[in-house]
Amino acid sequence: MQMAQQILFVLLSAAAIWLFVKNAGKIVRNIRLGRSLDLSDHPGERMRNMLLLAFGQKKMFRNPMVGVLHFFVYAGFVIINIEVLEIVLDGIFGTHRLFAPMLGGFYNFLINSFEILAVLVIVACVIFLVRRNIIKLRRFTSHDLDGWPRSDANYILITEIVLMTFFLTLNASDTLLQAKGVEHYAEHSTGNFVFSQYLQPVLSGLSVNALIAVERGCWWLHIIGIFAFLNYLPYSKHLHIVLAFPNAWFSKLVPKGKMDNMPAIQNEVLYAMQPELAPAGGEAPPKFGAKDVQDLTWKNMLDAFSCTECGRCSAACPATITGKKLSPRKIMMDTRDRAEEIGKNIDTNGSFQDDGRSLLHDYITVEELRACTTCNACVQECPVSINPLDIILQLRRYLVMEESNAPAEWTGMFGNIENNFAPWKFSPDERDKWTQEL
Amino acid sequence: MQIPTVAELFANGKSPEVLFWVGCAGSFDQRAQRITEAFATILDKISIDYAILGKEEMCTGDPARRAGNEFMFQMMAYQNIQVLNNYGIQKIVTTCPHCFNIFKNEYPELGGTYEVIHHTSFLQQLIDEGKIRLKEEGMYKGKKITYHDSCYLGRANGIYEAPRKVLEALDAELVEMKRCRSKGLCCGAGGAQMFKEEEKGTIRVNLDRSNEAIGTGSSVIAAACPFCNTMLTDGVKLADREDGIRVLDIAEMVAASME
Repeated sequence: MQMAQQILFVLLSAAAIWLFVKNAGKIVRNIRLGRSLDLSDHPGERMRNMLLLAFGQKKMFRNPMVGVLHFFVYAGFVIINIEVLEIVLDGIFGTHRLFAPMLGGFYNFLINSFEILAVLVIVACVIFLVRRNIIKLRRFTSHDLDGWPRSDANYILITEIVLMTFFLTLNASDTLLQAKGVEHYAEHSTGNFVFSQYLQPVLSGLSVNALIAVERGCWWLHIIGIFAFLNYLPYSKHLHIVLAFPNAWFSKLVPKGKMDNMPAIQNEVLYAMQPELAPAGGEAPPKFGAKDVQDLTWKNMLDAFSCTECGRCSAACPATITGKKLSPRKIMMDTRDRAEEIGKNIDTNGSFQDDGRSLLHDYITVEELRACTTCNACVQECPVSINPLDIILQLRRYLVMEESNAPAEWTGMFGNIENNFAPWKFSPDERDKWTQEL
Repeated sequence: MQIPTVAELFANGKSPEVLFWVGCAGSFDQRAQRITEAFATILDKISIDYAILGKEEMCTGDPARRAGNEFMFQMMAYQNIQVLNNYGIQKIVTTCPHCFNIFKNEYPELGGTYEVIHHTSFLQQLIDEGKIRLKEEGMYKGKKITYHDSCYLGRANGIYEAPRKVLEALDAELVEMKRCRSKGLCCGAGGAQMFKEEEKGTIRVNLDRSNEAIGTGSSVIAAACPFCNTMLTDGVKLADREDGIRVLDIAEMVAASME
């Protein structure tokens, strides 16, 4: 019986990990759909960003209450994984509370800490569910989240509550069995734990066999739940728990106001002005700006897969706030959806077959792009350093330079700059007219 | 008051310590011209060795680049950098955060590297150094004033304190809007929005922002960008509050408060 459980556990773990690695590989493949970009510079500064933004969750504390609650869930998740390590080893070796004899009194300290964290995670998740479903915060009721994204969030929160409940119930039934002196439970006596002792009265009426069933059931459901959660990640916006770290590492190091240069155009202008510098033999003209996800950088794609759709960007966006179609969160969701569509296309056909669709137009409309004021509020607010503005600007470049698609006023403005060296229709001779009026 | 140009100085074998980059708004827009004049008056009054480019100045290309027209931007950048480098310009002060951002962040990799300072930081320095002396009983003393952060000064370049320090020096009572500093709401002009009709929505961005500023009960809305100034002035007008509330640039306030 024990042996069968061990074999089952090993098989289950192997299957869960194999499936996760397979799907994670697809996400890496999808991120690499983006064009290359060298971000290997300034490792020290990047390490600092990762420690502050991802490990320290600095930006989450812009709203201190939410920052603290989210920190509980994050710390709970990370720290309780130490307990998962014990569960995994127990599962493989058929042991029970493997670490208890090794760690002595410190073991109880650890489990007590985990229990406190588990309770804090439950409290935080309940508050988060209330904020989403009862208080209905504006950023959670926006149409961006209609359908799957809204359910996704609730599934994640409910799963976390359920997993933590299994963990606490497991401890409560285990310590009850210890007290009753049942077989190997009593051999690894730990005494009661700080929180699960209060669950004991609920279970105390059960027979020994029923208690063992509860303990084993919780143990299995807890670990199956964790494996299921692991494999849910690649399909969910919850992937941010992994990708927040690399995304913070690769975040922009220059001032937010700086737009990426386009050396191809810089050179084209230089050669037009100084033809003697032009290299012999024309180069093939590159595509200007981005029409589809393959034209964006891999960092834009990493951004899209790191997005947990919290909506802080859109809540701060002047366009979204004033009822325009643009929502930076939707820009990120669209980018990920399109990347996944292309990924499925590749899975089906072996290589990408033109589907007549593109990120621009089929996902993101011209009206959305036109509403952006480039104010950087979305970039500022993102806790995991996602930059929706960078994508918007690359799509705008394609619109204007490849499709000549600009509102008439902009076309006029371009003409004025070209002819009068100012965005308005004033004669350049009048530029210093104000000096004569003093 | 005579406004010196770099070309005149150059003809006499001289070059200014600092170039005052006026910008298109400051040159052509009637409201923004008042800001330009105020700043030039300050520079003149305290004998700063400065000059303007005059007719040789051109759009930096900011609105073209943000709209997506990189060609136009690169054309303007090339020409401006040629002019600036030919004159050997070392230091630039500008009253426009958009020009400031371009000089500070986007021209260097194109071959135009200068020391750039926004006029609010420059004014703060001059006040700190005692070069600008403010009246004891200035007209803004004790007055409720709110400051609107320009996106291209604030979030884009992290300058939040300099304009506030200047307001402090004016003894004004600074009343912050809820959305201030890095949480500041855009005026609605950036990203070349200034040059087109706003997209369809429920409210204009500038009206939303002006309402917030008006809500502070301030008699002056201080700005540090000619475009923000236009948008907020329009917003105050739309809200029918132009009789009691003025939108002023930090430079105008300093110029009016100098000894």
